[in-house]
This record gives sequence, C-alpha cells and structure tokens, in this order.
Amino acid sequence: MKTEALYFAIRNTKLLVGAGIILVLLGIGVIGPFFIDKPPTEYVGMQMQPPGGEFWLGTNTFGQDLWAQFVHGLRTTFLVGALGGGIAAVIGMVVGFLAGYKGGWIDEILNMLTNIVLVLPTLAVLFILNAYIGVRSAGMQALFIGLTQWPWAARSIRAQTFSLRGRDFVDLARLSGVGSGRIIMREIAPNMSSYLLLTFILLFGGSILIASSLDFIGLGPTDAVSLGLMLQQAHQWSAMHLGLWWWFVPPGAGITLIVGALYVANVGLDEVFNPKLREL
Amino acid sequence: MLKLDGVTKVYRIGAFGGQTMTAVDDAGFEIKPGEVVSLIGESGSGKSTIGKMVLRLLPPTSGTISIDGRDVRGIGRRDYYRKVQGVFQDPFSSYNPVFKADRVFAMIREVYFRGVPDKEWTAKIEAALDAVRLSPAAVLNKFPHQLSGGQLQRLLIARALLLDIEYLVADEIISMLDASTRIDVLNLLADLKQRGLGVLFITHDLALGNYISERTVVLHKGRIVEYGPTDAVFEQPEHAYTKKLLASVPQLHTKWEDAS
Amino acid sequence: MTLEVDDLRVYYRTLKGDVQALDGVSFPLRDGEILGLAGESGCGKTTLGKALIRLDGRMKHVGGSVTLDGQVLPIGDDAKMNPYRFKHVSLIPQYSMSAMNPTRKIGRMVRELLESRREKLDLDELHNRLDLVELPKDVLGKYPIELSGGMKQRMVMVISTLLNPSLLIADEITSALDVSTQKAVVTTLKGFRDRGFVKSMIFITHDISLTNQLADTIMVMYAGKLAEKAPASTVVNAPKHPYTQLLISSLPEVGVRYADKRLTGIPGNPPSLLKPEPGCRFRDRCPLAFEKCAEDPPPVEVEKDHVVACWKAA
Repeated sequence: MKTEALYFAIRNTKLLVGAGIILVLLGIGVIGPFFIDKPPTEYVGMQMQPPGGEFWLGTNTFGQDLWAQFVHGLRTTFLVGALGGGIAAVIGMVVGFLAGYKGGWIDEILNMLTNIVLVLPTLAVLFILNAYIGVRSAGMQALFIGLTQWPWAARSIRAQTFSLRGRDFVDLARLSGVGSGRIIMREIAPNMSSYLLLTFILLFGGSILIASSLDFIGLGPTDAVSLGLMLQQAHQWSAMHLGLWWWFVPPGAGITLIVGALYVANVGLDEVFNPKLREL
Repeated sequence: MLKLDGVTKVYRIGAFGGQTMTAVDDAGFEIKPGEVVSLIGESGSGKSTIGKMVLRLLPPTSGTISIDGRDVRGIGRRDYYRKVQGVFQDPFSSYNPVFKADRVFAMIREVYFRGVPDKEWTAKIEAALDAVRLSPAAVLNKFPHQLSGGQLQRLLIARALLLDIEYLVADEIISMLDASTRIDVLNLLADLKQRGLGVLFITHDLALGNYISERTVVLHKGRIVEYGPTDAVFEQPEHAYTKKLLASVPQLHTKWEDAS
Repeated sequence: MTLEVDDLRVYYRTLKGDVQALDGVSFPLRDGEILGLAGESGCGKTTLGKALIRLDGRMKHVGGSVTLDGQVLPIGDDAKMNPYRFKHVSLIPQYSMSAMNPTRKIGRMVRELLESRREKLDLDELHNRLDLVELPKDVLGKYPIELSGGMKQRMVMVISTLLNPSLLIADEITSALDVSTQKAVVTTLKGFRDRGFVKSMIFITHDISLTNQLADTIMVMYAGKLAEKAPASTVVNAPKHPYTQLLISSLPEVGVRYADKRLTGIPGNPPSLLKPEPGCRFRDRCPLAFEKCAEDPPPVEVEKDHVVACWKAA
C-alpha cells in the first residue's frame, strides 16, 4: 500500500513540480535570512535602485533592500500559512472526528458551532478586533485565520468519519474493549491519513491567500515583513506609477507561486492516493 | 445462559427524531451454553440489530438482556467482552485495511493480557489458531488483502477464542465466503459447541441454519414469528411466513415446479 | 446458434503484470437456451459476462472471438460495441437498485435511452411488459426513489429487455435479494425467455442451487477456465469434474443436519492468476491429481452436450 503510493508519487509530474517549487521557496525563506545581516526594514542605501549586483531585487522609495524584504517576507508567509493552516486543521479534526464518531447530541452541538463560524463575517470581526488590539503580530494573524477557517475541514472530516464509523473493524475494536479516543486515533484516522494531508495542504494555501489579502487591506502584522505587506506598501507608495516593478512583482509572484504550487501538488497527491484518478 | 427478554429497538428518524421506526419488537429467546441458536430473517427483519444489541454495540430501547440472570447493563464492558464476542459478515470490512491482519490479536493483548510475556502469548495464539485449523505461518504477519475470506473469518474466531468466551454472535459470517470453503467455517462453529460455547448464528440462509443449529428463531419485520427446536420449525412450520420462506428456498435436487 | 464464444482470453492489467482472468473459454449458446454460469469468486465468470458487453479500462482482449447471430462482436472496441449494446446484447446489472438516474422520471429515462439507440418507444408493448412483471403503468411517471427495491429490480429487467436482445446477461442479480424475491426474479427471467423477449440468456451466479431452478445448461468455471459444462440436471446429479463433484457435495440443503451428515469443503485456495503455472489449475486441491495433470487438460465432450476439462474424466 505504502510502496504503491510511493511508486506513483515519484512518477507524478504535478506532485514533483509543485513540491519542488515549494521546497525551493521554503529553502529561501528558511535559510535566506541568515545571510542577510541587516533587518529588512533598515534604510540601506540609494532609493529606487533597479535590481542589480548589490541589491538583487533593487530598493524601494525609502532605500530599503527589497531582496531582504522578500526573503523575510517568504519566511513570515510560510509561517502564517503553516500556523494558520495547522490551527485550522487541528480544530477541524477534533470537531470533525468527535462529531462524526460520537454522533447524537454532541454532533448536533458541534454542527451548530461549525455553522455559526461558517457564516461569521470574518472581515467585520477582524475590524472590530483590530480596534481593540493595537500591535498585531504574524502569530496573531495566523491564530485568527486558524480560528475562522476550520469549519469546512470539520465538515468533510465529519462526513468521512461518519462513514468509517459504520465499518465492521470499528465495531471489532469496540468489542476488544478499546476506548473511543483510541479508536478515532488508531482505527479511523490512519484510514484517512491521505485525506488529512490534503486537507492540511489546502488550509495551508488558503491561509497564505487570506493573510496576503489581510495584509493588503492594512490588517497585516505591524511588527514583521510579509509578502502581502510588501504588496500593500508598493501600492500605497504608488510603485506602479513610478515604474518600480521590482517592488510589487516579486512578492506578487511569490504568493502566486506558493499557492499555485500547493494546489498543483495537491492535485498530484490526490492522483497518487486515489487509484481512480491514476493514469495507467 | 444468555437471555433476551422483551427486547425492543425503536429508532428515531426524520428531522428532530419526529418519526419512529421499530426495528425489533419484543424479542425474547435464550441461548444455552453448548448450543447453536439460529436467528433467521430476511433483510430488514432486525436480525443484525438483535446481534448488535447482544454485543452491546447498540442499546435496546426497552427490555433486558441478561447473562446467567445478571442484567448485562450492570457488567463493565471489558468484563462483558471477555465472555461475549462477535464475528461479522464481511471479512474484509472487519479488518482495518491499513494494518496487518494479526493486529486484531494485538488489540486483545493490549486490553486484556498486558502482563503476559511474549512466549506465553505466542503459545496462546498458536493454540487459538490450531483450534480454527490455521497454520501460523500462513496467516501471521500478512495484510488482510493477502488472505482469503475464509482465513480472515477463521482468524476472527481465533481472536474470540483468546478470551474466555462463553457466547459468540456470528452475524452472517459465511455469507460472503465461497461455497467450497464456507462449509468448513460452519463446521468449525459447530465444533465450538463441544467447548461449551453458546452461538447465536444469524443468517438469511435457511439451509445453513438448519444444518448447524439446535434451535431456530424466525424473525419477520422485527417480530419473532416462530421459535423452537430446529426439527420442529423446519418440518412442521406453523407460521405462514415460515412456510413461505421454506417454499422459496432454492433446493439443489428439487425444482420449484416439482415441489409445488 | 445465438452465440459462439471461441477460445476467449481477457486479461486484467495490473502493476505486477497481467492477471489471466479469462483464459481460453469456448462454448456455444443455442437459441432459447439459458446458460447458468457458476463458480467461485475469481473464477472468471464476471469477466466473461463483462467481456460480452463492455470491457472496463483495466481489461484487455487478448485473443479469441465472440460471434452473435453470425456477426463477430468487436468486443475490444468500446465505441464499435455501442450499436450492439441494449439492442443485441443487454445486461441486467448487479446493483439495479442504483442503475437508474435518480433525477429523471422513469418514463422519460426510457424514452431517452431508446432515442440514443434511434428506436421508437412502443408504449403499448411497454405497458404489456409492465403488466407482466406486475408493475402499475403509473411507475413511468415516478422517480426511481419512489419505487421499492423489488420494483426497481423489475423495472430494470423490463428496460434491459425492451428491444428484445438476442443475448441477456444477468450478473449476480439475485445475490443481494431475499429468498422470496429471488424466486420472483428467477421466475420472471424464465418468463421473458418463454415469451421470446430475449433469445438466450447467461445467468451468472455463485449459487448453484438457484441456477438449477432456471438454467438449461450449467457451465462451471474454475480459475479462468471452463471446468465442466452440461445440462443442468447432469451437473447437479452426475458431475464428472472433481471440482464440480466436491463443490456440489459441500452444499448444505434444508434437511441436512450437521449432527447426521457432516459436509466438507475443498481444502486450499484457487491459484493466483498472475503468471499461473501450466497444467490443470485445480490440481493442487484435487484428490485425484496425477502426473498428467501437469499438462493442460483440454475440454472434451464425454457424452452429448457434456464437456469436461479433466484427464480423469475423459
């Protein structure tokens, strides 16, 4: 089973291309900052320099190094994506597993909660929160995204759990005196592992997109640089009119690449795990 | 003695449980140690629901199930499952497909035989496998899809034998097996009687029920329509439904036209 | 002769190689004949049934031919088979409960199906046939969900035989049914043949007792090959192939009790059909096996209409 998945994985171009792009960008975001000694917001030199030997991606109207910003921005973006996606995935799993396995009134209560969060006007809530919390960190942003993005994951996990619950091996585990928590973790979850991975990837990509949009409308972190914030500043200081394409193209391309590659990898993974989609 | 008394199961269906559906209505019968009781019914008759209630996978809406006069609700689940076990219809669905088949043994060990040393445990498994006529080399350390349906069902019976079971609920356990191997699993079940085991044999196949059991319960739409010694039920059926069932069974050496 | 199957080979493609699911089966089917195709899981009976109407993506036609009413069926070519399906060869699927489109009223579905085959709907004939299976005419104005399981099954039987196909394939259609419904389905199928709605029929099942109620001829398959083919009563009462003999003797009947007569099964399992060894495929489980069984036993007509593939029987 596992070797079979591996067999298809290393032959799936979509997965290889998607994962390759992600790994390269992740590498830049993780390792890159160690090679840049100055903080990304420092004014390092000439203003509005086009990309060149000294400043790879040029400088902006304030004389900040855009390569430094891009590298740190990638790091923040990945961090928000992983954290936001991770929080959403964990909440989605807990709610989905519990509701699907336990059923009855627990299911009804959790379902109600899911539906409430699902229809919550996220943006309005964020504006209100923003008014109360002054300094926003990337972590806060991730937390907020995680807390609002779990419902659809919970719903689909619930549905899958519900159908697995009816399988005989779950009954057999109960007949072996195994408790509910262990049954969920050790009987049901392993059967959905590929699905859970796909869910996490989708949440990861979704979080990055949401974070970028939040950054762009000015609700981004105040103490860090992110790709979304770079875009926002480029927009605010009329980079487009001034012809400073190197200010907004790299962060825009970065976000598009990450999210696009994630989705391509996701489609590839789907083909690896789902025999019906495989091309023989 | 395992005894069902006035056992009823009502499901609430529809929005907010507004409607009800009675799956089992006032079922009462008993299984003595060392006998096979077949519970015969068509799909939707409630036979599997009864099996699940006896296994405490579903709570009855009313009525009591007792073991040696003790209401099972008063017995802890782990203690209960030490005495009462089940095997289900679909051998492939009974095993978690991502794990090896012998994990069903490991689960029992984890819960019931934590302190038992490896050597003793291996001997215990070998004895259980021997009782179901499986060779350890052929079935241990394999994935479910590498084994045949018959082997998987035997493995599940062996799993039950690891415990000190007194009663076994066998829910259609051979209906998905091939003809050439099913009869051996059935014989195995019959042999367990000699160990003093009481078996509730749930089936839709009258010939199988007739072959193996001492007593027969015929279930129709959740109600017991006929209950008695197997000979009597099959030779002098009293209820019209039992008669109709018997007339519909395809017999190998008799054609329907000739029978009527 | 409606159907002539000659040395048909259909393999399944898998990662590990080809599974020789159907490996050289030949048989004729006469006009008006009902052939019961029996055997255990993996014997190739379903593959044979599928091969006659539609190969799925993993199956490939390796050799042999199928001739229906004098025309060679292009079984390897999905598109070319289309004009034959439903008109000349028709299938009652195993799960007919879910074979109907849930969003269409049944009448409309039937009309669309006929249009796709460029046929006109003969409403009187349809009503006649509904009468015959005891379905009221107004089912045509209903959605499939409004019908009970048994009604759906009968409806599908009517639809698949509406164009009077030469050959009807029924694949395990009774295995999910209760005994009383089984009997009704089998009786209806027989009625279809007697009235000429279908010229001939292949009834695929694992249940020999049930096949015997319906079939004129029974063909027993084992591991992708024909084991024995004979008139139904011969297969049941005087089988010649050791596999058939053991199989028949392992079947419990009402009246046979464990305490009086202990039946036994056949030890062992069928061989893997991924690169099977040459020779009789039953020999590992056969009590009569001898040296000659290392060679493939050819099907031999031991008496009229009785074909056996076994060195000991010939």
